[in-house]
Amino acid sequence: MENVIELQNVTKSFKGFQVKDLSIAVKKGFVTGFIGGNGAGKSTTIKLIMNLLKQDSGSISVFGLTHETNERAIKERIGFVYDENIFYENLTLKDMKKIIRPAYQQWDDAIFQKYINQFELPLNKKIKTFSKGMKMKASLAIALSHQAELIIMDEPTSGLDPVFRRELLNILHELMQDGDKTIFFSTHITTDLDRIADYIIFLNDGEHVFTKEFYKIQEDYAIVKGPLDLLDADTEQEFVAVQKSNIGFEGLTGNKERIESLFGESVVLEKPTLEDIMYYTKKGGRLNG
Amino acid sequence: MQIIISNSSKEPIYEQITSQIKKQILTGDLQEGQALPSMRQLAKDLQISVITTKRAYEELEKNGFIYSIVGKGSFVSEQNTEMIKERKMKVIEEKLVEAIENSKDMGIGLAELKEMLTLLYSEEE
Repeated sequence: MENVIELQNVTKSFKGFQVKDLSIAVKKGFVTGFIGGNGAGKSTTIKLIMNLLKQDSGSISVFGLTHETNERAIKERIGFVYDENIFYENLTLKDMKKIIRPAYQQWDDAIFQKYINQFELPLNKKIKTFSKGMKMKASLAIALSHQAELIIMDEPTSGLDPVFRRELLNILHELMQDGDKTIFFSTHITTDLDRIADYIIFLNDGEHVFTKEFYKIQEDYAIVKGPLDLLDADTEQEFVAVQKSNIGFEGLTGNKERIESLFGESVVLEKPTLEDIMYYTKKGGRLNG
Repeated sequence: MQIIISNSSKEPIYEQITSQIKKQILTGDLQEGQALPSMRQLAKDLQISVITTKRAYEELEKNGFIYSIVGKGSFVSEQNTEMIKERKMKVIEEKLVEAIENSKDMGIGLAELKEMLTLLYSEEE
């Protein structure tokens, strides 16, 4: 399968923070969710992909092209939705459109107008009067109005109410119908991913933990609950991390079958949520580090 | 075609889809040659990821329930009742072999096993 985005051994260091030796790929025609806690490196990675930051080492390609030689061609084909305000506050959306439109050869006014109506956005009010959700919708309307093949979104649902979040997922499902488009988005609200994500890329402390098909995660990982006497120095190694209390333990495993064969009926296994996986991985990393 | 999935079920979502489509094919609710919704359409309707519906369709194709034509979509295969029967026979044989092995482990002879089988069989009726 074709990769739309490819990062190979990418490293970017800041004072006190680093994205380390990151190698990830985003597949064409699918939705890839990008998860990780605060400071995991999601926004840095997205900025690297958008060429808003330059990597210290490693290579990045988008549509098989690199920013060094094809920045304009790449950006023409990406619809970018960013969680911070990218607009001039004192302009109206109508003014913003006039500024942005010439930047894209494939700009389509009819599509833009369709989304403005659908999102109920005012064209003639200054953007500084917009709520966070309205700014996000405006950013999305622009991103969707130039026939982009790749939609990249940084925390698109964070400022949105549950009703619009659901609407957004419907819009994304709609976009995916022809099979040519690719969506890559980071999010904290992992329940949004249940409804749409094909692949999950998980980052923890600047490092790539896994890229997996969504359903595979629930085949590999499990939340394990059991009595404390099952745990000793050896068996505890079988878990990503465990949490003990007076009445028993709860832990996360990345090898469900092995736990089943080790403990059998003496433990209870449950489907983990992405939040469980993020929580225990972070906890495990802290203990080992 | 009707499909209802449960997020709280222990059964993976792709299995819920395959088992419901299989059932509808075997009961004749889905007829030979009938077109299934596209993977992407089904994903949208069920509000799940494309890769999940893709996996379900691949599974159904592998087991001969549907076939796909590139660019046209997926369709219900001709159901060979003989083949289905044979497949079911095979499952029965496997289970019987398992029962025989267990009996041998415990030193239960053929006569006793037959007796058990007769008894259980008549109880089921």
